[in-house]
Amino acid sequence: MNEELRNHIINLLNKGVRLDGRKPLEYRKPVDIKYDFSKSAEGSARVQIGETVVIAGVKLATQEPYPDSPEEGCLMVNAELLPISNPEFETGPPGIDAIEISRVVDRGIRESKAIDMKKLCVEKGEKVWSVMIDICPLNDAGNLFDISALSALAALKNTKFPKTDKEGTIDYKNKTDKSLSLDKQTVSVTVCKIGDHLIVDPITEEEKVIDARMTIATDQNQNLCAMQKGGDSPLTEEEISKMVDIGVKKCDELRKAL
Amino acid sequence: MAYEKRLDGRKLDETRPIEAKTGVIERADGSAMFKIGDTIAYAAVYGPRELYPRFMQDPEKGIIRVNYNMMPFSGSGDRIRPGPNRRAKEISMVIEKALLSVVDLDKFPNSVVDIFIELPQTDAGTRCAGICASAMALADAGIVMKDLVSSVAVGSVDSTVVADLSYDEEAYDGVVSDIPIAILPNTEEIVLLQMDGEISKENLLKAVKLGKKVCKDIYKIQKKAIKEKYELKGESKKESASSGKGGDKNE
Repeated sequence: MNEELRNHIINLLNKGVRLDGRKPLEYRKPVDIKYDFSKSAEGSARVQIGETVVIAGVKLATQEPYPDSPEEGCLMVNAELLPISNPEFETGPPGIDAIEISRVVDRGIRESKAIDMKKLCVEKGEKVWSVMIDICPLNDAGNLFDISALSALAALKNTKFPKTDKEGTIDYKNKTDKSLSLDKQTVSVTVCKIGDHLIVDPITEEEKVIDARMTIATDQNQNLCAMQKGGDSPLTEEEISKMVDIGVKKCDELRKAL
Repeated sequence: MAYEKRLDGRKLDETRPIEAKTGVIERADGSAMFKIGDTIAYAAVYGPRELYPRFMQDPEKGIIRVNYNMMPFSGSGDRIRPGPNRRAKEISMVIEKALLSVVDLDKFPNSVVDIFIELPQTDAGTRCAGICASAMALADAGIVMKDLVSSVAVGSVDSTVVADLSYDEEAYDGVVSDIPIAILPNTEEIVLLQMDGEISKENLLKAVKLGKKVCKDIYKIQKKAIKEKYELKGESKKESASSGKGGDKNE
């Protein structure tokens, strides 16, 4: 860890400011969402917060349901830390950082029951729709966790089913007007601890020196849907309580951009 | 029956609409976006930086390394499994060879210039769009180059030579050939040529000629996009225009 950078960031935070002039609990502005960014996807969005840019796309396909849920569709979330977006990312299969983002975004959507999975059933036990979300950062200037989750939800919101013929063959070139049945607006906010300070929406330099982080996913009714603690340092019960309060409030703010 | 009217109504030598922009990925040393029709290519350049694994290092000069990747949702059909497949590896290799002929990395032994190409949306002509974006990104990164590289796909549909085939034309029910080519616009040397389909030698040469002409038009668009980035900077901050990201890189 870069001690000098860390001390500098903490000194600034003692005065109530951050490296880029923001307040500790201030998100970068604006939160810019462009829907339908990729015509080849069934749904897509490009989300930009500060300099961080993430593209998410949804592909739909039909498959056999899992034996334990014969009436429910399938959901898959995959995040790739593309080397185009950050000089430190390398080519190759997803590493642990990419897997963690995928799984935390997946849990937020799955556990909040954002998508009505029963409505994805075509024929019980035989055929269901699977929803495959791919998250591709184009420029990583910090906070891929929250921006990935936001881009995934935006892409789901933008999704239209493709046309199918009588035999069930999918015609990906033509979309119907039918959207996914999206019941919840699940977004997440990651609260980071640096020294005694709590901040949201870290930039790259801040991410390098955080002690701990907590990602909090909530739906529009402020229900907590998924959480993930990260970082090397432990947290106290009080800190977690504070982080949850911040997370819930900031999630509401972020949701307004959708 | 001759193919006289193109499926999307374009003239035979007309490309789909083109948009180009440099400096689109802030963290990269150089970057560019090149859009032709519904095909969008982003390219980012990182480097020159030290090359690992070490056995790949060349003590005489730096190397370039290209990674071409379609985003999983960017295909016209099913989701594409992430990661390199045989097609992506081959395309990366031919793009690398095309770009290698213009860069001068003699001053950077043991180094690599990484070029990452990402496609969020595709409709034919992805390697050509990737090359155009990469050449612009290299220039944006301040890499010493003897020329840009411009690229387009030409080909023939039922013996009619056309420029910039769309996906529908590639899949046209007739005799089709698809010829991606890349040239150095100032010397007219050809640095990439591939062909699949069926074409007579006469039409092949006609297609290459057409390709050269179209590439020169694309070259103008690329050049304009590279200049535009610095014009904007010049207006707002006069001092920083010459000391931009790429400007002093090779000093």
